[in-house]
Amino acid sequence: MADKLHFSLVSPARELFSGEVDHVIAPGSDGEFGVLVNHAPFMTTLKNGVVRVEDNGETTMRLFVRGGFADVTPAGLTILAEEAVNLDSVSVESVQKEYDEAHRALLAEGKDGPHVHALEEQVAYLEDLKAALVN
Amino acid sequence: MSGLKELKNRIGSVKSTQKITKAKQMVAAAKLRRAQEAAEASKPYASRMANVVANLTASMGDGSGGPKLLAGSGDDKVHLLVVMTAERGLCGGFNANTAKAARLKIEELKADGKEVKIITVGKKGREVLKANYENLFIDHVDLGDAKDKFTPFAIGLGQDLTARFENGEFDVATLIFSEFKNVLTQNPVAKQLIPAEAPDDAETIDLGDAIYAYEPSEPEILEALLPRYLNTQILSAMLENAAGEQAASMTAMDNATRNAGELIDSLTLQYNRARQAQITKELIEIISGAEAL
Repeated sequence: MADKLHFSLVSPARELFSGEVDHVIAPGSDGEFGVLVNHAPFMTTLKNGVVRVEDNGETTMRLFVRGGFADVTPAGLTILAEEAVNLDSVSVESVQKEYDEAHRALLAEGKDGPHVHALEEQVAYLEDLKAALVN
Repeated sequence: MSGLKELKNRIGSVKSTQKITKAKQMVAAAKLRRAQEAAEASKPYASRMANVVANLTASMGDGSGGPKLLAGSGDDKVHLLVVMTAERGLCGGFNANTAKAARLKIEELKADGKEVKIITVGKKGREVLKANYENLFIDHVDLGDAKDKFTPFAIGLGQDLTARFENGEFDVATLIFSEFKNVLTQNPVAKQLIPAEAPDDAETIDLGDAIYAYEPSEPEILEALLPRYLNTQILSAMLENAAGEQAASMTAMDNATRNAGELIDSLTLQYNRARQAQITKELIEIISGAEAL
């Protein structure tokens, strides 16, 4: 197939990927979905999970996203992630360390602290990320 | 002889001032690079987000019936201005320009008979606007301990604005900040935050006959998207402001260093002339003393 899908993944901090690929599988909030070239216009929210990029039938990249949006237009697929990391660029150990830190911060914050909600989200995110790394 | 000594002291003090401004300039240059990188790195996200919002709103028609953050409160009486400046001075006209733009906007709104409320972000803007508009202040956000943690600050401010909006404290929120064009130019601009507005330059994509499919549903997506759009706008304004502040500071300090250099040159010339005149005077005294013998 000559035609390729234009895919870009951006987080507030930076643009993680932008280029032409065959197939992208993303974790929609109502279930995982795949996007090929010439997909009908589609927009969805995302849950924490792994975005897989496939080229020539092989998975070339795995990116973990923390919520966000996917927007499919005739121009291509755009994923706006709250936060995203390339799974190849992080190690289980560093995530475990971050997780422990966040967990400790959450315990230190107590039940009624002002940041409880944000910390709980952080812990849940790191937990999901850890699980994705192990697999 | 006191004249000579005074001159020498002045040269010394101007020289140490020059050292300080030079150091500040270099610090600003280093910080500018980082701030500029951060501002540029956040641009793709902000512009894509704007495109998505533009697409969504375009497909929604006039936006009425949508969430309040988009449709507005249906009124246009109470305007909230969020004035974003720097936390520090010594950056030329940077803060003054933003404050001036804010003042113009306030007067314009007042002339139209609107009620104005102000939230200041950053200490300097507060100081400047305090003189005339202290009674309009409803809150202040200190950037003092934000440093590199702009994201939580932006989210906090976004949530605060949303809560105030839902309480009916204002109808329209506008953000006034300095747009970072390049190192030499920063323009104060006003950007409407609530009701959400897609920028004019956002690309809307022609879908042809295709119909957008939404998952879970359009209102739910908008509900999730709009607060984030608000946060993103605040965040990119903060980043641009930070970059602009450093750029303005660098330019101002560069000018100050150059002025100090000129001052030192002219003072040194003056000093040398005075010294020469004194030597000549002493010589004449000695010679005429010798002749008198």
